[in-house]
Amino acid sequence: MIDTNVHLFRWPFRRLVGDDPAELVSRLRKKGVTQAWAGSFEALLCRDVSGVNTRLAVACRQNGPDFLIPFGCVNPKSPDWEEDLRRCHEEHRMPGIRVYPNYHGYSLEEPAFARLLSLAASRNMIVQIARSIEDQRTQFPLMIVPPVNPGPLARLLPQLPQLKIVLLNGGGWAGEDAPGMQELRSAGNVYFDIAMNEGVGGLDRLVASTSQSRVFFGSNYPFFYFESALLKVKGSDLTAEQKAAVMDGNARRLMGSSRS
Amino acid sequence: MTVNRRTLVKGMVAGLFAAGAPLGIEAEPTSTSDESHFRIWDAHSHLEALHGNTEERMRFLVQHMDKLGIERLLLSQGFGEFIYQATPEQVRTENDRVMEAVRLFPDRAYGSLYLNPENVEFCLQEFDRCIRDGPMVMIGEVQTDVRCNSPALDPIVERAISLNIPILQHTWFLNDGYRPGDSTPSDLVELAKRHPQAQFICGHTGGNWELGIRAIRDTKNICAEIAGSDPTSGFTEMAVRELGAERIVYGSDVGGRSFASQIAKVLGAEIPDSAKELILGGNMRRLLQPVLKAKGLAS
Repeated sequence: MIDTNVHLFRWPFRRLVGDDPAELVSRLRKKGVTQAWAGSFEALLCRDVSGVNTRLAVACRQNGPDFLIPFGCVNPKSPDWEEDLRRCHEEHRMPGIRVYPNYHGYSLEEPAFARLLSLAASRNMIVQIARSIEDQRTQFPLMIVPPVNPGPLARLLPQLPQLKIVLLNGGGWAGEDAPGMQELRSAGNVYFDIAMNEGVGGLDRLVASTSQSRVFFGSNYPFFYFESALLKVKGSDLTAEQKAAVMDGNARRLMGSSRS
Repeated sequence: MTVNRRTLVKGMVAGLFAAGAPLGIEAEPTSTSDESHFRIWDAHSHLEALHGNTEERMRFLVQHMDKLGIERLLLSQGFGEFIYQATPEQVRTENDRVMEAVRLFPDRAYGSLYLNPENVEFCLQEFDRCIRDGPMVMIGEVQTDVRCNSPALDPIVERAISLNIPILQHTWFLNDGYRPGDSTPSDLVELAKRHPQAQFICGHTGGNWELGIRAIRDTKNICAEIAGSDPTSGFTEMAVRELGAERIVYGSDVGGRSFASQIAKVLGAEIPDSAKELILGGNMRRLLQPVLKAKGLAS
C-alpha cells in the first residue's frame, strides 16, 4: 500500500501522534503501508524552504530509506525559488515537489506558478498541489487559509501535456464540485488522492468521474486518522482490481515514470 | 433483516486485500478491521446529498452500512437544500419522510424528530404525533433559526423529559461569523443547566472540538457527538480524556459525509476497545433504552 499524502514533523497548531519521523514510519508500517510520499509541515510557515527541504530529505533518509519518499516544497513567490527546485531534484534526488499555494499566498493564475509547472515538467518531476490541509471552519482564527481555487489549473494543462499533477485533499465536505474540478477530473495528467473525498459512495463517484488509473490512496496522516482513507476503500463498490490500483498500482506506476 | 457483521466485514477485508497486488498487508488483521467487533449505531444521519426517492436513498445507505458493519441509523430531517425558517408544513413533510424511511427499513433505522422552536405549540403537536403516538425515539438534529439557549425550547425539553428521550442539538463554534439561530456548545450548556433531568447530545461537539469538549465538560447531562467534521487526529482521545467514554457518541452526518471518515475517528483512536464499544453504539443504546423499552422496540 502506497500512501501518497503524509507529512513529517509538527503541525503548527496541535501535537499529533506520529509527529516524530521514526514513530511515523513505525505506525505506517504497522498499518500496512510499504511506501509513503512525505512532505513537511514546516513548509507551511517557514520562509527558508531550502532548510525545510534539507531536513525533510535527511529525515526520510535516516528513518525510512526506500519507504519515505521526500516531496520538497517550492514557493514560486519567494526569491530564488528556481534554485530550490534545482536542489530538490539534483541534490536531494526528490521525484517531485509539494506546493501549498494557499499557505504561501498565491493563486494558480500567478505567472510564476505557470513557470514552476513548466520547469518541473522539464525535469520530469511530479507536482503535488495541496488544495488544503484543514477545513477552513476549524482553522486558528488568526490564520484563516481558504482552499486553493483549482480553476486556473485547467487552463494551464493543455500547454503542459507531459506534466504530472497530483491534487491532494481535493475534495472536502463541500469541495468536490468546486469550479474547475470537472475539467481537472477529465484531464489525463491530473491525479487525485482520497483523503478529503467525502459523501456516501464518494470514492466510487471519484473513480467514475476520473479514471481508475488516476486515483491514489492518500491519508493526510498524521493530521487525519489514517483509518479514514482505508475505510473509504473498504466501504467502496470498487472491484478488487480497482482497489489494488488505488491503493498501490497507480502511485507505483506514476513514481516509476518520474524516475525513468 | 439480520446482518452478520463479523462474517460480512471479514469477507470484505479478505476481498480488499486479495487483489493479487503486493499491498504489504500482514496476515494479522490490523486495528482498522475492528469494526467487526462492535455493534455500531449511528446517532446522526440524513437522507440529503443522495439520489432518488426515500426508499432508494435508504436502500443506498443500507448497502453502505453493510460494508462497514453499521447496524442502525438514527435518522432525521434533511432531503434537499437546508430549510431556513421552516413552516409547519415543511416540518411535517420532513418528519413524515423520516417515518416512511423507518417504516420501510424498521431493522436499520429509528426516527428522530425535527422541529422549529419558532412555533412551540406546533412543536409539541409534532412531538405527540411522531414520538408519543408515533414511531420516533428522540429529538434532533435540531438546527433551526432559534438559538438553543432560547426559553422557547423549555417546553419542548420538558416534554422530552416526560418520555425520557435524548435531544440532539446541532452546534458549531464558527470562526467566520454566525447566522441567526446558530448554536454553540456553550448555548447548549445554558439549556442543559436549566434542565438537569434532560439528556442532551452536542452535535458535532462544536466542530472545533478542542473548544467544544471543554465547553461541555462540566455539564454532565451533555454527551459529545463526533459527526460531521474532518477526521482530525486526536478528537476522540481528547474527548475520552476530558469527558470519559460514556459521554461520547458516534455519528456520521451522512449523506453529506461518509461513514468511513467518521467511524475512523473511533476506530483509529488510541483508546481501549471497551471505550470504542461505548462510543460506537453502547452509549446510544443506553440513552434510548427507556423509550425503546416503552415502545417495545429492539435495542
